Amino acid sequence: MSENAYANPGIRLRATHHHVDREDEVNLGFWVFLMSDAILFGTVFATYAIMVGATAGGPGPKQLFDIKSVVIQTAALLLSSFTYGMASLSLKHRNGHGRLIAWLVVTLLLALVFLGFEVHDFLAMFAAGGGPDRSGFTSAFFGLVPLHGLHVTTGCIWMVALIVQMARYGIDEDVMLGLQRLGLFWHFLDIVWIAIFSIVYLGGLA
Amino acid sequence: MNELGGHPNWHPHFPGGISGDGDGYRKDLHSHLWGLVLALTLTAVPFALVYWHAMTRSWLLLAIGIFALVQAMVHFRFFLDIHPPHRNVDQLLLVLFSAQILIMMAGGTVWILANLHSRMY
Amino acid sequence: MSLTHFIFGRLSLHSLPFWAMIQHPTVGNIVNGGIATTAAGLVVIGAVMTVGLITRFGRWRYLWTEWLTSVDHKRIGIMYIVLAFVMLARALIEAVLMRGQQAFGLGGGFLSPDHFGQLFSTHGTIMIFFMAMPFLTGLINIVMPMQIGTRDVSFPVMNSISLGLTVAGAMIVMVSLVVGQFSTGGWSGYPPYTELAFQPGVGPDYWIWAVSLSSLGTMMSGINFAVTIYRRRCPGMTLMRMPLFTWTALCTSILMIFAMPPLTVATLMLALDRYLGFHFFTDAAGGNMMNYANLFWLFGHPEVYILILPAFGVYSEVIPAFSGKVVYGYVSLVLATMAIALASFGVWLHHFFTMGQSAAVNASFGVATMMIGIPTGVKIYDWLLTMYRGRIRFTVPMIYSLGFMMLFVIGGLSGIILANPSIDYQVHNTLFLVAHFHNMLIPGLLFGMLAGYHFWFPKAFGFRLDERWGRISALCWIFGFMFAFFPLYALGLLGFPRRTVAYFDPIYVPYMMVALFGALIILAAFTSLVIQLVVSVIRREEYRVPAGDPWDAGSLEWSVAAPAPEYNFPVLPEVTARHAFMVAKENGTAYRRPERFADIEVPKSSPMGAILCVTGGLAAFGLVWHIWWLVAIAMLASIAAIIAHGFSRDYERVIPAAEVRKDTMRWLNAVAELRPASRDHEAESVNMGFAEHERVRELAE
Repeated sequence: MSENAYANPGIRLRATHHHVDREDEVNLGFWVFLMSDAILFGTVFATYAIMVGATAGGPGPKQLFDIKSVVIQTAALLLSSFTYGMASLSLKHRNGHGRLIAWLVVTLLLALVFLGFEVHDFLAMFAAGGGPDRSGFTSAFFGLVPLHGLHVTTGCIWMVALIVQMARYGIDEDVMLGLQRLGLFWHFLDIVWIAIFSIVYLGGLA
Repeated sequence: MNELGGHPNWHPHFPGGISGDGDGYRKDLHSHLWGLVLALTLTAVPFALVYWHAMTRSWLLLAIGIFALVQAMVHFRFFLDIHPPHRNVDQLLLVLFSAQILIMMAGGTVWILANLHSRMY
Repeated sequence: MSLTHFIFGRLSLHSLPFWAMIQHPTVGNIVNGGIATTAAGLVVIGAVMTVGLITRFGRWRYLWTEWLTSVDHKRIGIMYIVLAFVMLARALIEAVLMRGQQAFGLGGGFLSPDHFGQLFSTHGTIMIFFMAMPFLTGLINIVMPMQIGTRDVSFPVMNSISLGLTVAGAMIVMVSLVVGQFSTGGWSGYPPYTELAFQPGVGPDYWIWAVSLSSLGTMMSGINFAVTIYRRRCPGMTLMRMPLFTWTALCTSILMIFAMPPLTVATLMLALDRYLGFHFFTDAAGGNMMNYANLFWLFGHPEVYILILPAFGVYSEVIPAFSGKVVYGYVSLVLATMAIALASFGVWLHHFFTMGQSAAVNASFGVATMMIGIPTGVKIYDWLLTMYRGRIRFTVPMIYSLGFMMLFVIGGLSGIILANPSIDYQVHNTLFLVAHFHNMLIPGLLFGMLAGYHFWFPKAFGFRLDERWGRISALCWIFGFMFAFFPLYALGLLGFPRRTVAYFDPIYVPYMMVALFGALIILAAFTSLVIQLVVSVIRREEYRVPAGDPWDAGSLEWSVAAPAPEYNFPVLPEVTARHAFMVAKENGTAYRRPERFADIEVPKSSPMGAILCVTGGLAAFGLVWHIWWLVAIAMLASIAAIIAHGFSRDYERVIPAAEVRKDTMRWLNAVAELRPASRDHEAESVNMGFAEHERVRELAE
């Protein structure tokens, strides 16, 4: 075997490490996850739609839903989407640590308001004999709405974890990627809530 | 390490591009504020319609549905910055593909179960 | 609640497999209990022996650092396939037991209905979730990143977590042999039979949590693979220049992402019914059990395409390689794959034609089902035309491919028959259906996986598998399958229902006997596979293929050493055409020394996969046995681990350029010393992984 095989007559092989845009990749991955979550919610919504009439002689939407509480929850969640957006702007335009954390804390508080009213509603439903074990309709309700609530709770835990990471590492690459993804998650959950208040609450009370 | 603590060549790219100046911030802020105003309106109207029983049930459901869809699009456009034509065509295609799968699954479910229901009672 | 109840939940001495036969020693209990105890004993002995051998040879540290915490896609893939083979062994034994019961089932047989029910449930659950899915996930893991010219998948730690969750699910199914019983509701778990009213025990809970763990892992793999293929292809590799196996991997991932959620919903809703008294699928209080079938098959149909598409990808690599030709109709194969993936979401109702929908609904889905056969037909023609006028070598993967092409088409035709609702009403849930889906899965999926195993084994381990034992195994699989399943078509048409433990009409007996004979041949096929592996390891020096290209194939994974280095490529390739490595060989530009070597960043090992495997498995076990403190601790530990992982910042390690240079030059110098081997001699020891090409030979002279 001659040496010629290993001469290098101008073959252009990239000698440097091919740079993968990590931010792009991570965000795409999270989007894909959100799409699978959308399908998850979608099938639970479809289940709700076909079981909304299955009250089995028990209480239905008009007996169990409190529209005022839903208005408050909706306002809280929508505002929290806005405040998270403000946090994102702080991040993007480098308005400083303090502003960013302040907006995040406000978002968290609004989320807790949302969750508080929601849990209160659930307890009221139990008291009115409309717990999940009453009928197909209540099961479908309690399969859907707490699923969203669990997602919001997870988002809150994530937010706290990111705030602690910020305290420890400053706003480094990983924190920033985390905040971007949490933002996507947060807006996604607000969109799911639009579907919930429209289909479940308004649809039930119409 | 730059001041953000990341790799030297790394900087985040946000929709619309990063900027240190006031203009970009104002534009983004306007977008968010518009989004909030529109979303609040699109929420308030259906709630009001239901609360005051402004129309028959079928029309109410249709109205609720339309407002919900429009508000979802508002969120996508103003909060998430996803809209045609888009730099990152992948994300838009992904959303549309997912929407199609969702429609097939949810729509198919409702069609099938409604059909079964009508044949049972 | 007493203290024992708090600590052990509903676990008790009654949960042991030999309890019933000790308490009430009837013949039936002794036979069934004996079989169950033997199985449990094998699990326990197997576990003890594994732990014992590792300890005896002092390999715990090695196992932990090199395998369990590895985030290298090749290692993870190998572990997936190891899992698949172990679970295949168990599920095959279950199959033989069932065939035995049915062969001697005239008037009763030797298995109790309950035992038989558990057998067909575990057989199906294991084969789908713990054999087929891990096997294909493992192959995609090993091959796809190299085929697209990158170093690893997009999310290596998540890859390890996927593996951990799948293993946890498999362990839950194995534990069910030792304590408690498995569900008797089949792999599909239909209520009301899996609701508390009919099965209040642990069986359906075992099923629910094993499947949930596995499906969570699969969903994450789907995201991982899709993003990798979208974002990590090497420069110049457009989508239409990707190898076909990568194309099917992409479509499979999309199916995984979108198909697993309905399964999660169905199983978790069933869990809510069982644990918290919900009424999703109960008979009373407004439950709708028809929705379960709907939700399950929303998952179940795309699932079978998840199973088959990677196999199609394997055939698209193997058939051209062993025909000595470039694949025919690349574009049509890509379009057919995409069409299959999309259409697979529109046909799920054909699994429950008989549930009561109107003829219009049934007909719509029936038509859609028939249409989905068309793109598969296109693929068969493409593969046939690839072989046409090629120089065909009857290697093991080619034998599997030929068996596939002939047998799978028969299964596909039976599918078109079943797609007609009127006919389906006659044969739904008979052995005709069982014959159909085994006809798709065995010659389709399994042959593809085994062909892929044989094909890529040298790339993973550096030496070929023994051809002779491979051929014996392949032929046994082909003939074993035919004897075991063709009689089932007849049995189904004669009215024999599926999942039936015993019967009273002697007309069925001859068919059942033939089927049992087939099952024993399949057992021989599997044994041959084991022998093949043992022989290959013993003879590995003779079978070494260090140059890395034993089959003279065309895609990028063959352009690196065997076994592949940790970082796959010393320098990431740039491609300008399809079949990039074949083009390089033809142009004489293969095996070039890179101009420059650079440091390579690789992800650091992580214990997350192993941790979540343990916590996930413990949480599942606790849920099954109502050991709530265990569930709480395991779930908290999982959450804590995930949050802690978010705090990690030091997750890459650098392989210095000097080391890369040293490895690469050692390999290239070794290649320089080799004489190329022609395809005619690829099964002999002259094959050192360096394929003969005119241009290469010219350069050598």
